[in-house]
Amino acid sequence: MKFGVVVFPGSNCDDDMVHVLGEVMGQEVKKIWHKETSLDDFETTDCIVLPGGFSYGDYLRAGAIARFSPIMQAVIEFANRGGLVWGICNGFQILCEAGLLPGVLLRNANQQFICKNVHLKAMSSHSPVTKLIPGNQVLKIPIAHAEGRYFASDEVLESLQANDQILFKYCTPEGEINAAANPNGALHNIAGICNAGRNVVGMMPHPERASESVLGNTDGRILFESLLNAQVMAGA
Amino acid sequence: MQINQLEVSAETAGKLGLTEEEFDSIVKVLGRTPNFTELSIYSVMWSEHCSYKNSIHWLKTLPREGKRLLVGAGEENAGLVDIGDGLGCAFKIESHNHPSAIEPYQGAATGVGGIHRDIFTMGARPIAALNSLRFGNPNSDHMKHLVKGVVKGIGDYGNCFGVPTVGGEVYFHPCYNQNILVNAMSIGIVKAGETVSAIASGPGNPVFIVGSATGKDGIHGATFASADLTEDSAQDLPSVQVGDPFQEKLLLEATLEAIQTGAIVGMQDMGAAGISCSTSEMSAKAGTGMRIDLDKVPTRQSDMQAFEILLSESQERMLIVGIRGQEQALLEVFQKWDLVCEEIGEVTDTGRLEFFQSGEKVADVPSHSLVLGGGAPVYQREYRKPEYLKKIARFSLNAVKKPESYPEVTRRLAASPNLSSKRWIYEQYDSMVRTNTMTTNTFSDAALVRVKGTQKAIAATTDCNSNYVYADPYVGTMIAVAEAARNLVCSGAEPVAITNCLNFGNPYNPEVYYQFVHAIKGMGDACNKFGTPVTGGNVSFYNQSVFKDKTEPVNPTPTIGMIGIIDDHQKAMTLDFKAAGHQIYMIGTPHNDLGSSEYLRVIHDIHLSPVPKFDLDEEYHIQFNLKRLIKKGIIQSAHDVSEGGLFFCLLESAMPRQMGFHIETDGNFRKDAYLFGESQSRIVLTVKEEQEDELLNYLNTHNVPFSRLGEVSEGQISVDSEDFGDIGEWKSGYDSHLNSMMESAEA
Repeated sequence: MKFGVVVFPGSNCDDDMVHVLGEVMGQEVKKIWHKETSLDDFETTDCIVLPGGFSYGDYLRAGAIARFSPIMQAVIEFANRGGLVWGICNGFQILCEAGLLPGVLLRNANQQFICKNVHLKAMSSHSPVTKLIPGNQVLKIPIAHAEGRYFASDEVLESLQANDQILFKYCTPEGEINAAANPNGALHNIAGICNAGRNVVGMMPHPERASESVLGNTDGRILFESLLNAQVMAGA
Repeated sequence: MQINQLEVSAETAGKLGLTEEEFDSIVKVLGRTPNFTELSIYSVMWSEHCSYKNSIHWLKTLPREGKRLLVGAGEENAGLVDIGDGLGCAFKIESHNHPSAIEPYQGAATGVGGIHRDIFTMGARPIAALNSLRFGNPNSDHMKHLVKGVVKGIGDYGNCFGVPTVGGEVYFHPCYNQNILVNAMSIGIVKAGETVSAIASGPGNPVFIVGSATGKDGIHGATFASADLTEDSAQDLPSVQVGDPFQEKLLLEATLEAIQTGAIVGMQDMGAAGISCSTSEMSAKAGTGMRIDLDKVPTRQSDMQAFEILLSESQERMLIVGIRGQEQALLEVFQKWDLVCEEIGEVTDTGRLEFFQSGEKVADVPSHSLVLGGGAPVYQREYRKPEYLKKIARFSLNAVKKPESYPEVTRRLAASPNLSSKRWIYEQYDSMVRTNTMTTNTFSDAALVRVKGTQKAIAATTDCNSNYVYADPYVGTMIAVAEAARNLVCSGAEPVAITNCLNFGNPYNPEVYYQFVHAIKGMGDACNKFGTPVTGGNVSFYNQSVFKDKTEPVNPTPTIGMIGIIDDHQKAMTLDFKAAGHQIYMIGTPHNDLGSSEYLRVIHDIHLSPVPKFDLDEEYHIQFNLKRLIKKGIIQSAHDVSEGGLFFCLLESAMPRQMGFHIETDGNFRKDAYLFGESQSRIVLTVKEEQEDELLNYLNTHNVPFSRLGEVSEGQISVDSEDFGDIGEWKSGYDSHLNSMMESAEA
């Protein structure tokens, strides 16, 4: 079992993800340059991560150019074969642009970049990254984005709800899901979702920034632990 | 018409900002009259910005030696200190004041881009950014526009570039109404032995330009050209450069990767004066020359004249000297990152810079003659004690009316944007990318950044209260250094070295030059005391407001950027009160002193008063003992008393965990001076009751002056048993003042 972290020009959370997966979680991890065209080294039990950053400068629209990178065809095929794909922040935006996840991420309601700790609640434990998170647990995990306001049509939202695809919602420190806890104006406070096949996950918050005690916050680790646990289950 | 065919005279030189005397020395150096291109090169290289001609005499008096310094001050693009574990830390601060006053977004953005390039051109990976900002009255719509533009510019550039903005300072004062200050600092880490020098050694070696194409942006000579020569061409030249953080991110990754090939001899980024500056400085350092073919420089526009290519300040470019025969290794790296890398010439042994265009030699100048430390002029300006200092000396504390209601006055003071949270600003900056920022979830007087692969953390701060420097340039600047060191010590770090950004008015104004000279003297004395040498920095003169009948310089603002080291990041100290019942002490000496305080300005509208009480030896003594107290694990928190005085120090320690405090003042002092005075060298500590004896024993045996103030409460605040309300009320005001100010329309 191993991890691949895709590096687009302008990715800037790739090193952070490699550090947490490799140094903190002790997993085998390698970077994948965006000009590569195949993921033949990876099994469907492995996980491909699309990290945060500003791929192609986020010019045009966040993620809009990255989806045309050579590696993305291979990522789409990998996902279609059932391989795990996890997009965080810019990675989430790219997955939406590439059609692997439904909906879009619009400019934050206040029109500003926002970097701060927010609180999250896992809405479903039926996913690779939420498996171990108790339903009532509130996680403190930071966001850092200008385009993170999740939006989708009513039909899409209905099907997300019907299929239990909403994984995270923004909440207050006490766990209330309300407008006051919504940092960017996301529909229904949505912070993260998965696809119908539950093998493609996208989320705006950065668990890799909350996984080490030296940084004063380890709430993000449970996502990585869930992922490893899911892998063990899948491999067994 | 080609500008180069123009007849050049002392008058032409004058229009480019050179004096007659300077023109004569150029003629002497060349043994002939320069052509227009050559004159343009001299005009930018001998400008204040590149030559430091009016400041270098005094800068050289600063302490520039230290056992940790890996390069001397001014020798490279940034200072470099040894932090152990085989690592070096490169850091520098630089101003981008004038561009930001004209176009706040791009001005601030390119300021950030420029300072990061100074760091990675040395081979260091930037790991943290700080800034120091000065704005005018925040209630005016124009100032709000500037604040919003600068903050968005810093954010957009740094966020995309992927380096966290971890700290800084923001002050509002009407002296900056017309001339805001934007100082940006970058800190990078490099493995010892992998640094790159800005040097062009090895005649025959190829010279490459990499990164963005060269355009007509930021050309100083443009004004001249448009007025007298090519009336139709220059209308569209922007005077402020435009930044592209995405391009800079690629440039960062590509250059760090290119260094690993071993095929690089030297490298310098292109900032002020573009190709002129990088070619001359790199050659002068090696005693070499260069032959450069300007036709090979990738340009954005066609028909760029030689002087335009040479002076362009287009961003995100580097000049690289490679090793002849190993060009391919370099080219492959830049190709991988889809960046242009063009060989434009080679190093020569002539000591001359020879520029060619369309087969003709368009300029031929000795590289040494252009640069600081070489042929660039050095001046000592006259100075005179400013008249306003007499008024300050006449200040009388007795004339200051004592408040009738302390809670009421304190609430009014709390609404000052200088004392309220800068959250509205810093939440627009990515402060956490690279996962090293230790001060996201805990709070310290300095920003703390873990160094991966080691147990160490780097502590960093920027400090300067320009009101103090205005009141007394010598003592005020000592305080700026002392406060920076104090902030590092309060966070558990050992101060190591400083970089400075010297923002002053016009150096030809003798009163301004007095401020400058005395600031340098104060900085030198304080840096010597703390053992923190000056590794470099930047001077920005001509910061002033222009009125119909006069010009007013900004407050002298010598910003200090200081870094320190914590050997074991688990030993970092925090500023927040931890639990009710913890005892609150202050070390240091209180005074009947309200000099230059925020309280005098906000509550009493008094703008001329002396610098706060400060004694360098006592400051050192306090810091030395605080370090010991932290190492011994005796205290629970440490926070220095600064703007707003003791009350606001306590409030800042109370807010993170929504604690309160009950304290008693000392009847030997005016109560307002005790609560709001800003006399220096005071630190508020908390201690668990069971360690109180240990603390007292230490303080008594080490001759540390102290006062017991009171104790931490669950949330209520009282002073001398008078109710000041609950912490929740103070915190919500603290968090929202600046926000409401920025989001509201002009009153």
